[in-house]
Parts: sequence; structure tokens; C-alpha cells
Amino acid sequence: MSTAQMGNGTLGAPLVELTNLVKRYHGRAILDGISAKFGQGEITAMIGPSGGGKSTLLRSLNGLNTIDGGEVRVGEYRFTPGKTCDRETLQAVRRMVGMVFQDFQLFPHLTALGNVMEAPVQVAGKSRAEAETRGRELLKRVGLGERTGHYPSQLSGGQKQRVAIARALAMEPRVLLCDEITSALDPELKHEVLDVLEDLRDDGLTILMVTHEIGFARRAANRVVVLAEGKIVEEGPPQQVIDAPITERTQRFLKNVLG
Amino acid sequence: MRLQSRRRLLIGFVALLATFSGASRMDAAPPESIRNRLPDAVLRWGGDTEGGAPFQYFDPKTEKLVGFEVDIVEALVEQLRKDLAWPELKAEFVQYEWVSLPQGLEKRDFDIVVSGMEITNRNDAKMQFTRPYYLFAQQLTVRADEAKIDDLDDCRDEPIGTLSGSAADDLMKARLFSNIVTYDGQIEPYQDLRNGRVSAVLLDVPIAVYNTTGKPEFKSVGKLEGWGGYGIALRRDDDELAKAVDEALATIAKAGKVDEIVRKWNIWNAEQHQLEELTSSDKLLTWVAAQSGAPTGNPSAWTISVYGPLLLKAAGVTVALTFLSMAVAMTIGLIVAVCRLYGPGPVKWGALAYVEFFRGIPLLLLLTFLYYGLPEVGISLSAWQAAIIGFGLNYAAFEAEIYRSSIMAVPKGQWEAAQTLGMSEVTAFRRVIFPQAFRTALGPMTNDFVAMFKDTSLVSVISVVELTKQYQILARTSLKFVEIGALTALLYLMMSVPLGYLARYLEDKWSTGHK
Repeated sequence: MSTAQMGNGTLGAPLVELTNLVKRYHGRAILDGISAKFGQGEITAMIGPSGGGKSTLLRSLNGLNTIDGGEVRVGEYRFTPGKTCDRETLQAVRRMVGMVFQDFQLFPHLTALGNVMEAPVQVAGKSRAEAETRGRELLKRVGLGERTGHYPSQLSGGQKQRVAIARALAMEPRVLLCDEITSALDPELKHEVLDVLEDLRDDGLTILMVTHEIGFARRAANRVVVLAEGKIVEEGPPQQVIDAPITERTQRFLKNVLG
Repeated sequence: MRLQSRRRLLIGFVALLATFSGASRMDAAPPESIRNRLPDAVLRWGGDTEGGAPFQYFDPKTEKLVGFEVDIVEALVEQLRKDLAWPELKAEFVQYEWVSLPQGLEKRDFDIVVSGMEITNRNDAKMQFTRPYYLFAQQLTVRADEAKIDDLDDCRDEPIGTLSGSAADDLMKARLFSNIVTYDGQIEPYQDLRNGRVSAVLLDVPIAVYNTTGKPEFKSVGKLEGWGGYGIALRRDDDELAKAVDEALATIAKAGKVDEIVRKWNIWNAEQHQLEELTSSDKLLTWVAAQSGAPTGNPSAWTISVYGPLLLKAAGVTVALTFLSMAVAMTIGLIVAVCRLYGPGPVKWGALAYVEFFRGIPLLLLLTFLYYGLPEVGISLSAWQAAIIGFGLNYAAFEAEIYRSSIMAVPKGQWEAAQTLGMSEVTAFRRVIFPQAFRTALGPMTNDFVAMFKDTSLVSVISVVELTKQYQILARTSLKFVEIGALTALLYLMMSVPLGYLARYLEDKWSTGHK
């Protein structure tokens, strides 16, 4: 396990590493040999056209997808084809990797606080009191200190997504996967969620976000990866990839998005 | 409602008994009114072959209708053909549920009832009786190895079986027996006596003789008591026919034919000589009253303070039975649903087979099998155990399908959200999926709850008296069908309506905790 540089907080240490990752659906390669490294504390924005494999890539990192070729390494744990069903590895990876979804997926039968407390109590074995204190802190941090007793149906989209972020953070993950988390929100609500993400940057959390918010990517990300037709077509610092793209594919994509 | 009531009348199953021929030729026409009464020259007689031995039943070997009353009717019709000079006259048997025979008579489904029907005051409101053709008494039967019970008074607190609504039932009720177990059929009490579920059976002599003859496991004890007479019943307004039938009966009795038939069926006793004197239903009733301990019904005695507590107690039985059965059904249902959704191949198929099997077989069959069938392989369940297991197993099949569809209705994203938080499948199911599915299932479950309140009436076949059965017993005894029926309906509503409210309240309360 020599490649696992764990917990040293150094920017750029490869906490997550993909090697020649392949994922097929019905014979078609959605991910076609992806290799990439994501360092501790790095925020990576993944952009690219729909169907380019962005969400599939995220879901390969925490075992929501199986993989058909190559390898996924998260910390000391590895997924390989056929090994992804190993329950212990799955559980361990999922404890390290939090995820926030486009359509929130809050638990509708629990309050905001209940949503945040559920996993710490049920999975991490924390006491209710401890989980509640931490839950209230997290909800306060995402600006919902006054909404702890509200049910998801009583919250706006932006508020729901912030609860979802707090819920993921409650398990103290080292990696946070954000799958188009502002796509279902009204434009004026997006900034609430993006502000929260930006606020997390300083915590040393490794964030991988699939997004269409090009402006936010430029402002907040350390790195931008452009994914199209199952391949990484360009990657680098945002100033380079967004402002001065090299490849024709990236240029075409940005032209379509930015108009 | 998914269950057929056993109480549905069996009209339509009409068996053409026999065509008699060779009556003596006479020129005189039968009285015009009787010819009009029986326009197709068919005298239809109602009876019940289900557990009808030895009165009327289908001989298992020849599949012909036989019985001591079949012989009586045959002799009677032969006499009527002579009396009325009407050689075309035929008798036709109409199968009817015994307890509903008075209603069938009133609805003109048949003309006369010859079916071990006891001559009483209370029936006279709607029916009239001919003179008695047989004097019955109650015979106590116990197991051959019984040492403690020598007569009826010895089993005052013992479980003692009898036919629901029968003269024996009335007799024991009048004497305040505390542990009467009533059955819808007359075979079952003896089966349960053999299985040890009751200590004794009290029933009419013909029934007792038929069910114990040649069976060394039983013995008859005590003196015959609770005398009464079987008469032929006719509609109150059917005087002309009643007179003709009564006269024909008198003639064949005088000729010794009735005596001959009764001896043939091995149910003769010395008391039958009294029939020579008892030449009307009134004389019979006077004679019965003179015998000690024979109760006679009186409709005006049935006030709400008498039947109210009985109905309430029966309603309690219905509620207890429903809640216990539903608890069993919900538990098994959830297990089956989970097996069907998440089990490995064979478990999945097993769960599907469970659902198809228990959904497909009639509940009545299941109850009868559990209670009367299992003792044959050495498993003897109490009536309550059989009822709760039977309802539980049956309803579990339906609950399983409700839970399965409710679980499948929870979005897949909820599983993923739970899994990405590190929850195991079991935790995710228990904490995330199930609570949401349960809310979806609440409405259909409430429906099943209400349905079960009503379906529990089936347990009368295994001797449990719940609300519907108690209503039938009380209404047939008091003839207050409407009054007691309304109260019974009210009691059912008092069970089901609050349940509906509770379900709606929970749905409202939980809807804030839902998207």
C-alpha cells in the first residue's frame, strides 16, 4: 500500500486514484479508460456534455456502480471489476466518501436534524446526544440553525440541498461527491448551496463535483476536468481550461454552455 | 370483500326426489284451492342435507337422498295422492341451510319444512305446525372412558358441544350452563368430543343415535330430557294445505307407518306412544310444558337489556380476534414480502408460493382444515388458535403484497442515499425504506383491517361465537331481525369507523414528514 498517502493534509496527495477505469452499459463504454488522481483537500470540478460519463464516474467512486475494467482506489481501498461487491470494502469506502445528489434524497419521514443525526447514530454508533449536538452545529454552519425541526417537505430546494450537505458531512467524510447539486434549484437559490461548498474548501475536504456552474468552477475549483464521450479531453487549473482551452472539444463545449 | 359468506343461502340446488306412481284411481278432483296452491302438482319440501343424517342425507354409496324424514315424506305424499285423488302429485326436495328454513318458507322457496323442526311457540308467529310426527329428547354423549360425567348436571361447567340454536342449546342456556360450545353442523360436535375439545355432547336423540351407533369410543349417559316434538311447518296463511298435510299425517300414523319408519331408523323409544294423544301442535306444547325443564321461547322477553350484553360480548370477541389475527398477518406478511423482494432464488420462490397458495384457497377451507383436519395427524388446536392462525396465514398473503408494492414504491435514490451514508442494507431497510413504505401501506392495511372485522364471522364454523353469529342466534331466537340487526350493524360501524379515522389522522400527521 505504498501509494496510499493517508491523512497528511498535503495538497495534491492522491487520496483517490483512478487507473484506466472502464464502465460499460449494454456494451457501450460510458467510461473509456479514465486515469486521474484527486489529492487531499483538492476541489475538482467535472464539466462536459450530458452523457459524457460525469455522474457515472462519481458513482464508481463509492460503489453505486460496479466497474468493468481498471481500478478505483480510495485511500487504502480498491475496487476492481468483480471485487466491488465486497461488503467490507464498500462499507469502509462509503464511510470515507460522502455524496450529495441532484434531487436531494433527504429522508422524508425525518426532520432536518433527524436526517443529519441518522447515520452517526445508526452507522457510526454515536450517542443521540452527541449526534444531536454535532447535527445542530452542522445545520447552523449551512445556515439552517433555525430549521432543525422542519421536515423536508417544509423546506425550499436550496434549504433541502444544504441539509443534504450537512447530512453527508455528519459522517466526517474525507471525500465529498457532489452530483449536479444545483441543477434542480431555481437560479436565485443556487448561490446558497454554492456558498456552503466554498465554505468547506478550507476544511481539507476533497471535493469532486459534477457541475454546470462554469462561473463557480472557475472561482472555487483547484482543477477542472472536462469529460466527453467517456474520456478526459482536457484538465488543468480553471484559468487554463475555462479561459484558454486547448482542445477543440472543450472549446465547443464551453461555447455551447456559455453561449 | 374478498370472502364469500357461508351464510349465503343455497337456493338453487334443487334435487328432484322421486316420482311416485301407482296411486289409486279416484274420480273426485282434489280441492280447487290446493290445486291452485300447487299448480305443477309438485309439493316442495325444504330441508338440509348438510350434516342432515339421519333426517335426510345423501347415502354415500348410492348417492340417493335417504333418511327417516325422507321416508315420512314419501309415505305422506302417497297418502295425499289418495286423499286428494291426485295421482300426478309429486314431492320435490329443496336443499336449504337449516337455520334459514323459516325464512325460505316465508319467501315461498318451498311449501313445507320437514327437517327436524321443533314445534315451539316462538315459531308460530310466522309458521304453523302440523301435529308432531316424532317426539325427541336430548341425549347426552360422552367418551367411552369418561368416568366423571353420569348426567347433564355433571357437566354444568364442562365444555359441552351442541348444534347452534338447537333445542339442546336452548335447554342448556335456560339452565345457565357456563361453557356451551356451539357448532353449525351436527357432525363436528362429535368430532370434537373424540378429539377431546369438549367433554360431552348434548343433542336430539336421532342425531345422537346416528353419530354414535357402531362407534365404541362413545357412550350415552343420563336420562332423556328436554322433550319436544318435530312437526311439519307451513306458512301461517297456508291453512288449506296445512289441513290436508295434517290429515294425511294422521292417517299414516294411525296405520302404523310412522312407527314403522321410526323403528327402521333405530330411533324409536316408548315415549313415541304419546303421539297418539298429541294430535295438534297445541296439544304437543301443553305436553311439553308439562315435562319438567323444557323451555319455551317468548319473543317479548328479548329486550335490549337481555340481548345487548350478549351482543357486546360477541363484539369483544370480534375485536380481539381481528387484532390478534392482524398482528400475526402483519408479521408474517412483512417476512414474506422481504423474502420475495430480497431473498435468494429459492426463498423468493417460496415466498411467491406462499402468497399464491394462501391467497388462492378459501379461508373457510383453511379454518376447517386447521380445526377439524389437523387432529387427524395429532395436532389439536383450540378454536381460537385455529382462528388466529387461519386468519393470520390467509391475510398475511394479502399484507405481503401490500408491503411489497409499498416497498417498491420508495424511490431507488433513497436506497442510494442511505448506502452512501454507510448504512448496511438491513439498516437502510429498517430506518429509511420501511418507515416510508409503512405510510404508503397504511391505507390498504386499514381496508384489510375493516374487511377482517367482517370476515371473522367465518369462525362460527369452528364453534367461536362472534358478533355476526350472535346476531343470527339472537335474531332467530327472538325473531327481532330488524331491531337486533340494526344494533349489530351499529356495533360493526363503531369498530370500523374509528379505525378509518385513526388511519386518516396518521396519514395527515405523517404527510408533513413526506414529500
